[in-house]
Amino acid sequence: MLEFKNVTKKYDGGKPAVNNLNLKIEKGEFVCFIGPSGCGKTTTMKMVNRLINITEGAILVDGKNIKDQDPVELRRSIGYVIQQIGLMPHMTIKENIVLVGTLLKWSKEEKDERAKELLQLVGLPEEYLDKYPHELSGGQQQRIGVLRALAANPPLILMDEPFGALDPITRDSLQEEFKKLQKELNKTIVFVTHDMDEALKLGDRIVIMKEGEVVQADTPDEILKNPANEFVEEFLGKDRLIQGRPDVTTVGQIMESSPVTVQSGTTLKSAISTMRDKHVDSLLVVDIDNVLKGFIDIEAINLNYKKVIEVQEVMEKDLISVSKDSLLRDTVYKILRRGIKYVPVIDEEKKLVGIVTRATLANLVYDTIWGDGMELAEVANLAE
Amino acid sequence: MMEFFAEHGHELILKTWEHFYISLAALILGVLVAVPLGIALSRTPKFADKFISFIGILQTIPSLAILAFFIPIMGVGKLPAILALFFYSLLPILRNTYIGVRDVDKGVIEAGKGMGMSNRQSILKMELPLAMPVIMAGIRLSTVYLIGWATLAAFIGGGGLGDFIFDGLNLFQPALIVAGTIPATILALIADRSLAFLENRLTPEGLKDSYEAA
Repeated sequence: MLEFKNVTKKYDGGKPAVNNLNLKIEKGEFVCFIGPSGCGKTTTMKMVNRLINITEGAILVDGKNIKDQDPVELRRSIGYVIQQIGLMPHMTIKENIVLVGTLLKWSKEEKDERAKELLQLVGLPEEYLDKYPHELSGGQQQRIGVLRALAANPPLILMDEPFGALDPITRDSLQEEFKKLQKELNKTIVFVTHDMDEALKLGDRIVIMKEGEVVQADTPDEILKNPANEFVEEFLGKDRLIQGRPDVTTVGQIMESSPVTVQSGTTLKSAISTMRDKHVDSLLVVDIDNVLKGFIDIEAINLNYKKVIEVQEVMEKDLISVSKDSLLRDTVYKILRRGIKYVPVIDEEKKLVGIVTRATLANLVYDTIWGDGMELAEVANLAE
Repeated sequence: MMEFFAEHGHELILKTWEHFYISLAALILGVLVAVPLGIALSRTPKFADKFISFIGILQTIPSLAILAFFIPIMGVGKLPAILALFFYSLLPILRNTYIGVRDVDKGVIEAGKGMGMSNRQSILKMELPLAMPVIMAGIRLSTVYLIGWATLAAFIGGGGLGDFIFDGLNLFQPALIVAGTIPATILALIADRSLAFLENRLTPEGLKDSYEAA
């Protein structure tokens, strides 16, 4: 799909910004370029759509040398998302989304249809089409920035720290949304970032660069397990290396597999006796097929004991759950960040398969520290 | 008063028209030259600063002197007057175009380029519309100055309301001076208001709201 062959970029006289880079990226792959500032990651990306010209070597997109293509045409066939978002402030959201379509002279109907179709992908209502960028929040603006890159359905998308300027919570949800979108649409992504967490979360492969050269290009797991040298280790940071294990552990591997549940349709009275028997203060509510519906806690029962009879009438439907294939590190983050006591674990059909509680996490921490043969000195360090 | 109008009324209208026409011609020339030049300068920022200060120095030459210098080269009449005024109209338009285009959000420009806009499309679809409020401010400023300075055109036989003012000075007739000044002021005000209207029409919809919000 995308191939770098001995690519070198030199600015007048100085040391090369990118030095003899060789890399092959497969179709549908999500590749993150990461490294300290000035390592050449952005230069590498911008050479792909010829915003920066190559000094030596060649870049092939779908086997064709980009040097043989008209730069303007080339850029229209490659998606591009940047940190500053760069929506045209004088154009409506619709005009922004289909900008490439306008450049390619699509008909009005085609553009309208495409804009509506794309807006649905990110779950924004159609009224947004006629708004102007400044009426949207930063997160919404970058969603539009991503849609704009998708408009002409390019197989390859370049992204230059696209979520870098957003607040942590918005960034988090956009990352998740985008990763999902990328899998669905099977796009090839070249993603530049300086945030290791982002790279680990999104990338199928991570390319770590330093002073214009590739230090290591591997899957996130592999990089965490076998960092190529000290630079990579340092760049990852000690914390992440220690966390290396939970980083690749999925929720399914550590969850407790038999949470205490009640079926919807059960009376409050029998729900209370279940609570008493199992010594818990809340219950997950499932339907007859074990599909998770909500939860009830002792307070809700207390408040409504006189008024209602069955559990589904008082249960809280709004609860956070995770899929059993999701990474433990993200789940830990959710539990800690939102201050919740537990998260139910569900499978693809939303059936309840287990639960992760704070106690589960505490066990895991003990296992990581004492089960992994860590030196006593390090444990003491951590304790401090 | 009525007497004055009876005597000079026809001349007054004629001179006002002349004045308007000289200013407008200089302005149009100024816009045609300064806007493209300003855009070109925004592509070479290092050179641009020097160039603009150079034009700034030219501008400090007293206008009367410029007009006088033009006589041996261009002779007298409307054309040299228009050309001299055109030089004065350049700086505000040029500087505002340069600054307006230079200060368009770099992220927007990069996104446009990365999406595959050609240089022409980048200028016409992004940079000009986005810089429009700043460019128009330069044009308005220039116009008001021009209408004032155009009174000097009379000095080299260019005609216009300056004729009244010079006659008034030579003949010690304050009424003639006033008859030259008031229409020039009114003309400047009307020009400024109509350009403000034009500015409002030319400013893209999405930008107006953001100014109100800001």
